[in-house]
Amino acid sequence: MDKELTTLVQMERGQRGTVLQLKGGRGLVNRLNALGILPGKKITKVSAMLMRGPVTIEVDRAQIAIGFGMAKKIIVKAD
Amino acid sequence: MTKILLMGNPNVGKSAVFSRLTGVKAIVSNYAGTTVSYTRGQMKLGADTAEVIDVPGTYTLEPTSQAEEIALKMLAEGDIVVNVVNATNLERNLYLTLQLLEKDIPVVIALNIWDDTKHLGIDIDVEKLQQRLGVPVIPTVAVTGQGIKELVEAIPRAASPRLPHTSSDKRWAAVGSIVEEVQRIRHRHHTWRERLADASVRPITGGITALVVLAASFIVVRFISEGLINYVLDPLFNNLWAPVLLKLSPLMGGEGFLHNIVIGKLIGGEIDFVQSFGLLTSGLYVPLAMVLPYVISFYLVLGMMEDTGYLPRLAVLMDNVMHRLGLHGYAIIPTLLGLGCNVPAILGTRILESKRERFITATLISIAVPCAALQAMIIGLVGERGIQYVIMVFGTLFLVWIILGFILNHTVKGFSPELLIEIPPYRLPPWRTVLQKLWMRTYGFLVEAIPIILGAVVVINVLYYFGVFDAIANFTAPVVTGLLGLPKEAVTAIVIGFLRKDVALGMLAPLALTSGQLVVGSVVLAMFFPCIATFVVLLRELGVVRMLKAAGIMIVAALAVGGILNLIL
Repeated sequence: MDKELTTLVQMERGQRGTVLQLKGGRGLVNRLNALGILPGKKITKVSAMLMRGPVTIEVDRAQIAIGFGMAKKIIVKAD
Repeated sequence: MTKILLMGNPNVGKSAVFSRLTGVKAIVSNYAGTTVSYTRGQMKLGADTAEVIDVPGTYTLEPTSQAEEIALKMLAEGDIVVNVVNATNLERNLYLTLQLLEKDIPVVIALNIWDDTKHLGIDIDVEKLQQRLGVPVIPTVAVTGQGIKELVEAIPRAASPRLPHTSSDKRWAAVGSIVEEVQRIRHRHHTWRERLADASVRPITGGITALVVLAASFIVVRFISEGLINYVLDPLFNNLWAPVLLKLSPLMGGEGFLHNIVIGKLIGGEIDFVQSFGLLTSGLYVPLAMVLPYVISFYLVLGMMEDTGYLPRLAVLMDNVMHRLGLHGYAIIPTLLGLGCNVPAILGTRILESKRERFITATLISIAVPCAALQAMIIGLVGERGIQYVIMVFGTLFLVWIILGFILNHTVKGFSPELLIEIPPYRLPPWRTVLQKLWMRTYGFLVEAIPIILGAVVVINVLYYFGVFDAIANFTAPVVTGLLGLPKEAVTAIVIGFLRKDVALGMLAPLALTSGQLVVGSVVLAMFFPCIATFVVLLRELGVVRMLKAAGIMIVAALAVGGILNLIL
């Protein structure tokens, strides 16, 4: 994998990036899209809870908390 | 009557717009055949009256949840849409707007939270946005009322551009091009509110925040409710109402069947509002002076937590713990609601996606989450014996919640879906919506609880008179005395617990229990069958089979925990 390609889980807190791909079924993609998370969007990782807890990101000035399993499926190109 | 639908994403201040348009008179209804609730009220529109409906928050008209399905159905029944848009997040909000503009219904847009755009460094060209969308766009600040008059004036100008139906990719592209054209963003520094917001979703600072918030809530709830009891309600009952009843008592003969039902037994020639147990004594005192104050203060604090935006943060923070119980973080919200009343809490489990989660959450709530009424009685009665006993009761219930949740997670089939929620920025709670919600919830408690309490008092007195309780007590004595170590008269209380738990706990008062017995009795009462109202919603939400399962778990858990406590204490 390209060094700059990463998932939401692996990103550092405060790091910025661009969403490249949502690796999930139609249902998951729809739900993420509805919340404004789609390929091409700039995001910032705000925080992550300990022990595989949810990841919080900021996209278009809105904050979204995403469960660990889902966050693993969001591929990001880090800045 | 013209039906005006308020539609928009969650957390855009829709309820605040609603309360500005309609004033305080609002009704919460369930959508036919479901438990998705919505609020409706009325407003003046020119010379006519129009109905205003606060549709559940939606991100998209391609439904991803039950609430969104309902929103879609309601859209088909409306005449005009007021699309409430969060001005600080046009990128996401306009997606729903474009979907609405494809429908054959006139739309007007309230560009809400307008005041925040300035300090966030966002410039929106409203005129241009209006041109691009082809419908009126009115900047509003619903919390202060700014722009609401203009919004009402714009409703008759609502238009339906009937954009061609398109794919979601093309719609997002269209949103992008509109935002590009009408919005400029200036760079700016983080505000203290945002720093605080970020801190509350980080593990350590978030944990500290949660402890502070929950401790503060607890203190405020007790401060308000005890203030109401000590300085308003107790004086009213003792100084004004008791003398009236003491005059009435001899007129009714001072004793006998009717006297016992209406006034109850006099304790040492005086009215004892907890123990007398008549319609006009305990029947009024328990709901109004012991329970109502807690209900009011609890719902006030909960409403503020909802409207400041703290609850979703708590959900994120608790997600880890809740996953161990087979739930996701969002289940903390119905659980907290359960500390007010189990009925709305179990209805609230509808926000959870899977049947499995709803079953676990609802079962845990009905067993281990005492409602405000019961808490009030526990604090009142057990508290007389010392704070350590109160802590024992609540500590046991909390442990039961954790352990039982852990067991259920490993025995109930299926898996729990993951958390995916928006976290709104912290906002100062708009007082109008907080008070409106408080009023609706308190009113709901009064109409639901008082008839059942009065009915329960009559039934208990009648059954008592005919010796029914003695019979049941003798029959179940081996379990109650042997296993739980309670006197057999406590059976009456446990049976009554089915009607109202607060009343039932009150019935333990005259039994001269030891402190240990009182702890056992309180815990068993709390865990045993939920009150009748909770039972009905459990049945409706879970269906017969799952409800029976939940009931079985309740009985086993209550007897097991009661037995263990009896051995320890």
